[in-house]
Amino acid sequence: MNKLRSKYIYFAVVLIGFIYILRLFQIQVLDDKYVNIAERISLRKQTVYPQRGLIFDRNKKLIVYNDPVYDLMVSVPIRLKGIDTAAFCQLLQIEREEFDTRLAKAKRASYRGKSVFQKNITNLIYARVQERLFEFNGFFFEIRQDRNYKYNSAAHLLGYLGEVNRNELKAQSEVYYEQGDFNGKKGVERFYENELRGVKGEEYFYVDKFGVARGSYKEGKLDREAIDGNNLLLSIDIALQQYGEKLLDNKMGSVVAIEPQTGEILALISSPFYNPEKFNIQNRGKFYNMAINDPTKPIFNRAVSAPYPPGSTFKPVMALLGIEDGAISKNTHFGCQGYYRLGRRIIKCHGHTFSTSLQRSIASSCNTYYCNTFKNMMQLEKYKNTEAAYNSWQTYLRSFGIGNKLGIDISGEYRGWLKDAAFYDKMHGAGRWNYARIISLSFGQGELGLTPLQIANIAASIANKGYYYTPHVVRQLENMESIPEKYLVKNYTMISPDNFDPVIEGMQEVTISGTAAHIAIPGINIAGKTGTVQNPHGKNHSAYMAFAPVENPKIAIAVVVEEAGYGSAWAAPIAHLMIERYLMGDSIGPSAREYLEKKMIDSDLIPYKYKSSRNKSLYGK
Amino acid sequence: MESKSRIDILSLILFVAIAALGVASVYSATYELGAESILEGRSGKQLMWFGVSAAIGVIIFLLNANFFEFFSMYFYVALMLLLVVVLGIGSDINGARSWIKIGSISIQPSEFAKYGTAFAVSTLLSSIDFSWNKGKDLIKIAAVILLPMGLIILQGDTGSALVFLSFFLVFYREGLTPAIIVIGLVAVIIFVLTLMFTSMYFSGGVVVLFLIFYAFTYSNKKLLIPSLRILGIVVLFSLSVQFLFDNVLQKHQQKRIQVTLNLIEDNQGAGYNVNQSKIAIGSGGASGKGFLNGSHTKGNFIPEQETDFIFCTIGEEGGWVYSTLTIGLFMAFILRLYHLGNRAKKKFKRIFICSLASIIFFHVIVNVGMTIGLMPVIGIPLPLISYGGSSVLAFCIFILTALKMDASRDGDLVSTYA
Ligand SMILES: [Zn+2]
Repeated sequence: MNKLRSKYIYFAVVLIGFIYILRLFQIQVLDDKYVNIAERISLRKQTVYPQRGLIFDRNKKLIVYNDPVYDLMVSVPIRLKGIDTAAFCQLLQIEREEFDTRLAKAKRASYRGKSVFQKNITNLIYARVQERLFEFNGFFFEIRQDRNYKYNSAAHLLGYLGEVNRNELKAQSEVYYEQGDFNGKKGVERFYENELRGVKGEEYFYVDKFGVARGSYKEGKLDREAIDGNNLLLSIDIALQQYGEKLLDNKMGSVVAIEPQTGEILALISSPFYNPEKFNIQNRGKFYNMAINDPTKPIFNRAVSAPYPPGSTFKPVMALLGIEDGAISKNTHFGCQGYYRLGRRIIKCHGHTFSTSLQRSIASSCNTYYCNTFKNMMQLEKYKNTEAAYNSWQTYLRSFGIGNKLGIDISGEYRGWLKDAAFYDKMHGAGRWNYARIISLSFGQGELGLTPLQIANIAASIANKGYYYTPHVVRQLENMESIPEKYLVKNYTMISPDNFDPVIEGMQEVTISGTAAHIAIPGINIAGKTGTVQNPHGKNHSAYMAFAPVENPKIAIAVVVEEAGYGSAWAAPIAHLMIERYLMGDSIGPSAREYLEKKMIDSDLIPYKYKSSRNKSLYGK
Repeated sequence: MESKSRIDILSLILFVAIAALGVASVYSATYELGAESILEGRSGKQLMWFGVSAAIGVIIFLLNANFFEFFSMYFYVALMLLLVVVLGIGSDINGARSWIKIGSISIQPSEFAKYGTAFAVSTLLSSIDFSWNKGKDLIKIAAVILLPMGLIILQGDTGSALVFLSFFLVFYREGLTPAIIVIGLVAVIIFVLTLMFTSMYFSGGVVVLFLIFYAFTYSNKKLLIPSLRILGIVVLFSLSVQFLFDNVLQKHQQKRIQVTLNLIEDNQGAGYNVNQSKIAIGSGGASGKGFLNGSHTKGNFIPEQETDFIFCTIGEEGGWVYSTLTIGLFMAFILRLYHLGNRAKKKFKRIFICSLASIIFFHVIVNVGMTIGLMPVIGIPLPLISYGGSSVLAFCIFILTALKMDASRDGDLVSTYA
């Protein structure tokens, strides 16, 4: 009997051994749950943030640089051991209760074994805590790059950084961002995010249960060094940009200046502007609501996002279309008695000589001339009806980039308003409308909205006699062979080069004997066109479009000053001052135009209704 | 009575292999970056204890072959006295008063008590007129086991006390009716069900079952009385389990049992150790993270990782390969020891060696089972592997004594299976 029992015991030993080995096989080999858990709790990935690419202006002046911010992190699972909590709280200048709340929150929000305890710690506190960090097991710093700025300028164009939001985290096809990372939210920071951000590095550590790093994981085989972002050379001239901002100070409006031969943006101003420093990671929290609540919309980038009826600045385009389409010739004259009659309706014109040539119609901004041109165009025999004629008209316009996004490398571009015939069919009924219904389009009013960028692009297209390069602010990207391809190809308008000559002559007359003659700049031939845009909500908008020098255009510019009055009074002087500054540079003497400059700078044209709600701290240093 | 001393080479190899695995594991479990060599620190100490054991082994092998059998009861009495002494002058470590401090060395008498008890059991069972049917003998054998168990429970070390249950395997081997084991199993089931549902619901359920049973068999009057008796015993047992559980066990002991039975989910308190231990072993994968590379071990996530939870280090750094090797070595060693016991010609030696095998078996099942969540958290060491002077010394002396008994078997009188 005992021999048998002895065998049973042998069997029991073998059986239990076998069961244990199988159980071990299950948890060690089959089930990878434990591997994941172990990595989650004993492996910490520490992110090494690269230097974000620096940003320079076209003359290689540094505009944007990096400013480290420190996040105090805590290891999770949190098992704080022997920490002098009181001393720690004192260093961080927080209450004990706050400490407990944050710790509990950190525990809930943990990701990859770590969690933020305090964000954006100042240099001063960082230095103090860093010195004694070894006393506080489980706490460590992560350093990220915030932005800072050499100039209080170009805020809209540069944009700003922010924390990656939930949608962006979800939308990324290849996981790069983690919660808490920064990315470009607006402006070039956003558009060139992938080039500027660089590549994050990673270091893996074992941590013990107190969160103290105990050595590198797999001898650092998984570690990756951070790769700094590419520096970005912008096409803007920061001096010109600053000058323009000075001129537009205390005004609502915009300036866009383009180099016609390349499409490079020389200056892009939206006013009111703000100090970009106030919108970096460390400061934005304090200023964001202030900016949002300001009725003058200081963070709205008018230059690329605000559509304005172009008003009379549209007339040169209208003339080009008329010639090209055969509605008028270069020599067409129309008589003007100071108004254009449309049945019972009268469209007023300004005082000028009775018979108007194409050139004079531009110089004196004759509405009648363009009402006639538009009427002819809509009634051309080659079109079977007004719809067809209108669609042809708007197709011409689209070839100038009107009604479409041009594709500038700044976020927030708006395509503006340009309706097709179907819109009017819907409004009036198909076949039940003609030129008379839409006559105001001929002088840039009505259902037409152009951004200052689009107006400047028209100036550049006329300067180039028929083509434009897609406007862009990038001049050179470090470590990249070239700037994006689309900025290197010519976009042709549907107008033949020859047809530009009379229009350019007319625009030149504007600054010699026309609406902008009073602010002509000696020594520089400027082709321009003023515009006074009817504004149903207040005073007229002052607009101007120009390029110079006429014989070899170096700068094309558009200026809009909201609720300011005549184009010749504000927009044109500002444009001329900028042209002069850009073309003459520092050789500009103690300007004879000092008075004009001073008047522009000192004038406060912010409508009275907004003045009380503006907050100046957004703008200053 | 002169005999050649021929030590069993296979057992010796397994013994040394397990010990070597143990020293390496202790070294890794206590390793700090840039720290000392294997000869220093805790692994060095562990090695030293093996050295001391080897020296004692030499003495054991020089002794007369019948020395142990002759002085058997003296060993038992002396070690029981030590257990009493520790209650008086012992020092508290981790809430258990089971240590005697002599200078800088702490000795844990409960580790040696198994050795002494094995002697007493062997002497009792091998006496010529011993019978499982005699009440006096049963009381004697029960007393021999219960005395050290009681004393060790008084020290507050329930885990070490439970080890004495391994003698039941020897008793079974020596003829105790298996009904005891069946009853034991039923008792365990009642125990678990009681803790799961409380004795009130359990008893209620049993009574309902009984009534259903009675409804089918009420014509058979003969069954009524015995089944009523069984019902009474079951209910009484359940009630006393509840009572003991609520009133005798301490809170942390209750919790340990509940966690093991999955009655409460607890990954922070008592369950923390088991959870971390499973994570460490499970994350080792098939071939492990490599010697000294266990991130979980190195992070000190597992408490007592060089003592009771030493198997985590093996599982994490050696993976399934080394955990299987460890289990395999132990199973081979245990089987070999049983074999040595079975081939002994003297009943005394047979029972002694089988006691050793059973005790190691129990330790391995419980210790490894605990680290992989198959057993409750009972703080007993993994023989020869867990760090600890008393444990190492006691097991080494135990094993060497058994090997000495086997080596000198040639001179013994033939005694077949009783
Ligand atoms: Zn007119």
